[in-house]
Formats: sequence, C-alpha cells, structure tokens
Amino acid sequence: MMEQTERRVISVIVMNEASVLSRIAGLFSGRGYNIESLTVAPIPESKYSRITIVTAGSVRVVEQITKQLHKLIPVLRVYEHADLVETEMALVKIPMNESLGDIEALTHAYNGRIVNVGSDTMIVMISDEPMRVNHFLEAIKRFHPKEIVRSGSVALER
Amino acid sequence: MQISGAQMVIEALIAEEVEVVFGYPGGAIMNVYDEIYKQRSFQHILTRHEQAAVHAAEGYAKATGKVGVAMITSGPGFTNGVTGLADAYMDSIPLVLISGQVPMSLIGTDAFQEIDAVGISRPCTKHNYLVTDAADLPRILKEAFYIARTGRPGPVHVDIPKDVTAQIATFDYSKEVELETYKPTTKGNTRQIKKAIDAIAAAKRPLLYLGGGIINANAAELVREFSRMTQIPAVETFMARGTLRYDDPLLISMLGMHGSYAANMAMSETDLVIGLGARFDDRVTGKLSEFAKNAQIIHVDIDPASISKLVNAHFPIVGDVKNVLEQMIPLAKEQVDPARYESWHNTIANFNKLHPLSYTEEGDRLKPQWVVERIGQLLGDDANISTDVGQHQMWTAQFYPFTRPRQWVSSGGLGTMGFGFPAALGVKRADMDRVSINITGDGSILMNIQELMTAVEYKLPVINVILNNNFLGMVRQWQTLFYDKRHSSTDLSIQPDFVKLAEAFGGVGYRVNTKEEFDAALKDAVEKNVVAIIDVVVNRFENVLPMVPAGGSLFNMMLEYKEK
Ligand SMILES: Cc1ncc(C[n+]2csc(CCOP(=O)(O)OP(=O)(O)O)c2C)c(N)n1
Ligand SMILES: [Mg+2]
Repeated sequence: MMEQTERRVISVIVMNEASVLSRIAGLFSGRGYNIESLTVAPIPESKYSRITIVTAGSVRVVEQITKQLHKLIPVLRVYEHADLVETEMALVKIPMNESLGDIEALTHAYNGRIVNVGSDTMIVMISDEPMRVNHFLEAIKRFHPKEIVRSGSVALER
Repeated sequence: MQISGAQMVIEALIAEEVEVVFGYPGGAIMNVYDEIYKQRSFQHILTRHEQAAVHAAEGYAKATGKVGVAMITSGPGFTNGVTGLADAYMDSIPLVLISGQVPMSLIGTDAFQEIDAVGISRPCTKHNYLVTDAADLPRILKEAFYIARTGRPGPVHVDIPKDVTAQIATFDYSKEVELETYKPTTKGNTRQIKKAIDAIAAAKRPLLYLGGGIINANAAELVREFSRMTQIPAVETFMARGTLRYDDPLLISMLGMHGSYAANMAMSETDLVIGLGARFDDRVTGKLSEFAKNAQIIHVDIDPASISKLVNAHFPIVGDVKNVLEQMIPLAKEQVDPARYESWHNTIANFNKLHPLSYTEEGDRLKPQWVVERIGQLLGDDANISTDVGQHQMWTAQFYPFTRPRQWVSSGGLGTMGFGFPAALGVKRADMDRVSINITGDGSILMNIQELMTAVEYKLPVINVILNNNFLGMVRQWQTLFYDKRHSSTDLSIQPDFVKLAEAFGGVGYRVNTKEEFDAALKDAVEKNVVAIIDVVVNRFENVLPMVPAGGSLFNMMLEYKEK
C-alpha cells in the first residue's frame, strides 16, 4: 500500500534550552523522517523558541511525527496542518558584470533588494513564499549566480 | 540547606524513599560514592558490570512498580550501562540512571573517560539531563523521578560532571514538580469511552487484547473484574503475562509469533479488539494488513503516539488504563450482557481443542517445556520468574502457570540476552520472601555470568535454570527453518562446567539429565538458599512452536516441523 506523500510544515514551540534542537533533529533522523528545512530562533521576551520544520510524509507519518514531537519533554505545542503564513528568505551572489537594472527589477518582484555591492560581486536578498522563492531562483539563473543560500521556512498560524 | 552536589544526590534519593541503588563506581562519580559510604538510609549493591546494575534496577522496578535506581561512572561505565537504558526504554520501565561526567571545564576536550553521554542516551531514554550547576540538581533529580514514573513510564538519565558534585548550593526538595510542557493525560475522554462501551455491547465476538501497560498501571485487578463481569475472552501479549491467572477460563493464551493457535485465531476472527495498554508490536500482529481484519478496534493507551501508529483505532482512548477501566466498568455493568457470547466461547474452545499448546515427550532427553512446567508445578505462585532471551524465554512465556502481575520479568522490546540474571537479582532484592528463578539459555547466561559474585556477596540466592541445548537455540531454529539448516556460528558444543563455575563463585551447581534429578536439584537449591545454577541437559533440536514466520499472518501458523 503506497501512501500519498505530501509536503508539510510543522511549527513547534519548545523550551529554550541547550539540548532541545538535538532532541528534535535526533527524533527525525532516528525514526527515519525526512527534514527539508529546519529553522530555530528564540521567541522574544519568553523562555521559548520556535522551530519550523518542513517535512514530507504521508498523513499517517506526519501524524506520528506530531505525536512523537509532543512526547519530547521540552515541547510545549505542535502546530501541524494549521493555517500557516509561510515565508522564506534567499541570498544570491551574482557577478557584477550582469545587468544591474534587470536584477533589481526581478528582486523587486519577489520582495527583495540588492543588499551588498562589492567590486566583483553583488548580493541580492528576497523573501517570499517558498514556492515563489523557487520561481525566483529559477529566474535568477540567467544572471549566472555564483552562490545561493536559502533560510528555510518560517511560519506563523493565521 | 547548603550542601554539595554529591550530598544532594543522597538527600534526593532519601526523599524519594529509595531503598536500594545498583551501581559501580569510578573517577567521575567518586564524590557521590564518598557520600554513599557515609549514609545508612539505603543499600548500595555493587554489581560486577554496569550493564548488570541497570538490568538489576529494571528487575527491581518491574517487581515493585517503584522507580529503579542505578549509578555509574563516566565513559566506559556509562557506555556499559546503555544497553540497560535501551532495554528499559523499550519496555517502559521506570528508572533513574545517575552517571558521573568529567568536570565541566574538561567537557569537549576529549578528556580521560569523557563521552557525550546525553548524546548517546537521548534516543534510548524518556528524558535526560546534563547538570551544569549544583543549584539545579534538586529540581532535576525531582523531575527525573517524576518523569520516570508518570505517564508512560521510562528511564531518565542524569549526567553530573564531577565538579558539580563538589559544588555547594542550596538544597530544597520541597517544591512540587512544575513542568509546563509535560502533562500526561491520565483520564479517558468520557464521550469516547461511552462510544467504546456501545461498541462492546453491540459486538458478537469481542476480544480483550491485554498488554504490558496494564502491569505498569497496576490495573490487572480491574482487568480481572472487567473480564469476569462481561465474560469477554482475552489474549495476553508477552509483556502482559500474569494479568489474568493461567487457569482463568477466559484467558485464551499469549498471542503473536509464538502465541497459541487459539489466541491468534481468536484475534483473526474477532469483530472487536479491546486493546488495553498494548502497542500492536510486529511480533504480535504479524502481517499488518491481515491483522484482525474483521474487527473494529478500541485502543486504550497512556501514550497517544502508540494509538493508530500501526493499526488504525476506531475508538482511540488516551489515558491511564486503570482510570479508563474505572470509568468503563460501571457503564459495562449496565450495558453489556455477559450471556451473549456463548457461541463465541464455543468457537474459541474449538480452536483450543484443535491445536492446544503442547509438546511431545520422546527419548530420554528432557524436553525444555517440561522443565518450565515442572518449575510451575513445584513453585507456582511462590516463584518470581525472569528469563533471558531465546527459545527458553518463549517456552517460559508459553508454559509457565502465571498467577499474578509482576511475577514475570523478561526483556520484550529489546530482547536483551544477559538481562535475566541481573534482573532476577533485582527481583529477589524486591521480594525476598519468594524464590527468584532465572530461566536462561546456555548462550545468554554467559553474558552476565559475573553476577554470581554479586549474588553471593549480597545474599541474593537467585536460581538460574539453564535449558541447555548446546545452541544459540532461537537463532539455530531460524537457521533450520529458513536457512536450510546452515547452523552458522550457533553451535555451543564447547561449554564451561557450569557446576564448577557456580561453585568457584561460592554458589551451588547441579547438572541434570533426568526428571528425578531435576526435582532433587530444584528442591536442594531452594533449601540451600544460595545462588545456584541448575544446568539442565535438554533436547537439542526442539523448536518453539507454533510459530508465525516473520511477516506472515496470524492465522497462518506453522504448527509443527517435521525433519526433512
Ligand atoms: C545481546 C544479544 N545478542 C544477540 C541476540 C540474538 N539472539 C536472540 S536469541 C539468541 C540465542 C540465545 O541462545 P540461548 O541463550 O542459549 O537460548 P536458547 O535460544 O538456546 O534457549 C541470540 C543469539 C540477542 N537477542 N541479544
Ligand atoms: Mg541455548
């Protein structure tokens, strides 16, 4: 029986303590769950952090992931299948000999701008829905990007 | 109270009313051992290997229901203990393991006997801590005991750097545990329970599927009441043996890979599985798509992650099985008619008649099953039974006449050879009035044989009964059945003299070939009241049957094996 695999975003609120990230990452690797991206940062003025994990799995697997996350002692809440607003950032390094105007126009379309200009290269930044980040990275190819870094998704329930 | 970290450990153990700690000292934990030396509140039992210390604590915990405590040093001491942690994790045994660690200033420097202990224990504990400040110790130790025994029980590991055990800080153990992120659900959802009772009242062929969670929750009495009242027949998992008495007419037997034909057929024919504290393990279900495929499923478990993990539950009930049964019993009393299952009982009786659990006696070699039954006849309720892992373990689960919960202590989830003897020491320490028997194999017993010394020193007269088949029998059986009799590295023809071995440590030993010799040996060992090895020569090629081959369906059992 092949079960349908879907991309899922899981948002986890955890106690902000030393070992919590290894517990979560270890749970995924140990149980053979896949991690597409993972971001973590403290929630301001609280003792919590928020971890956003993008994974892929069948409904059953994702349900198990959610339950197993809940079982970890320092996990406060797990949002899965919630109505989430999702954003991701990307930085792209492009040679200076490409058309500045075209690049600027493209990055603008994806909520971005040029953030650094050096002698040989410039760096542009965009932030958008992950799907649109994919589109942007496709489109930017013709400017011969030298390096690309994506932040991974962050998400918040509506 | 201003005291050192090491003193805090002692004070916390006293506050938790710990009466025995199983352990082994070393550099990083010496400050704590120095305080152990000075106190008189609890006993410390020096096992002869750290793995045995953890297994002994498990045995003690299983026999009492209390949290077992083990203490070991850093590095190799810790890694030796890991098997015990994993074992306790798989079988949900409440345990606190305290380990020493190199001083904080040396952590991360590859110091002598440094290992990332919490990194290693993370996947095989319910929770773990690296203590970085003595001021945190009272809270952490209190949380550790609390987490170990509440919810789905399990092992908690506390790793304490040596300088933290020397550090002075305030000790206050009176604060209640406050864990915002850990609140196990213990009461079942009333609406779900009502629906489940409706389903039970409507079912024609309901079946109680009893799991080890019942033992952990001290719910066996309630299960007995529930089954008596409703007259619903029951199967037990390996872990649940002793929930119902062996002679309870409603108990079919154990189910699963080496369960009885009747138990597995009942599971295949039932229209409603009432799962209580069981986790649908692969050794129980066989091929999942064929498991109980005519049935709806009620699943009561304290661990939400166990529900619908493998088999979809139609009536999921998260809660402590004891509380849930307390909620269910009055409803069932009103709604369930105990007279309605007569034809279902007849069906099961026929399954039982068709292929009862049995063995045939032939030749003059003793049959291992006979030995297990005989121990049951001679000691019955007066014995607590531990085992190692292999054929002897399955024969014990099949043939011992269990009469009460916590009588049966065996490594189920991890299947750890070497578990039996140290666990039996822990059981003995917990229940000195009963005989503690370890039914073991000629392979397994050698994996913690050094514990003969512990048994002698602390006067824990465990009786080890070796069902000696000169084989790693269970592996040999699979080789016979599935590898065309290529017995690769399973022949144990070369053996020690177990009698002399026992005697060398100060115990007693017996070599047994006949029924009369066995009776005499067991009687003598019980009377002598020192640690014993009874080395019983049994039929070498006996197989554990019936059997569901791995991945097969429960209703497709191999019932006999004929030499080709
Ligand atoms: C630590 C460990 N190593 C290996 C195994 C695999 N194994 C399972 S049963 C078994 C044979 C056990 O032999 P013995 O103790 O003589 O018991 P028998 O099956 O002969 O009754 C082995 C090697 C295991 N369960 N545990
Ligand atoms: Mg053997």
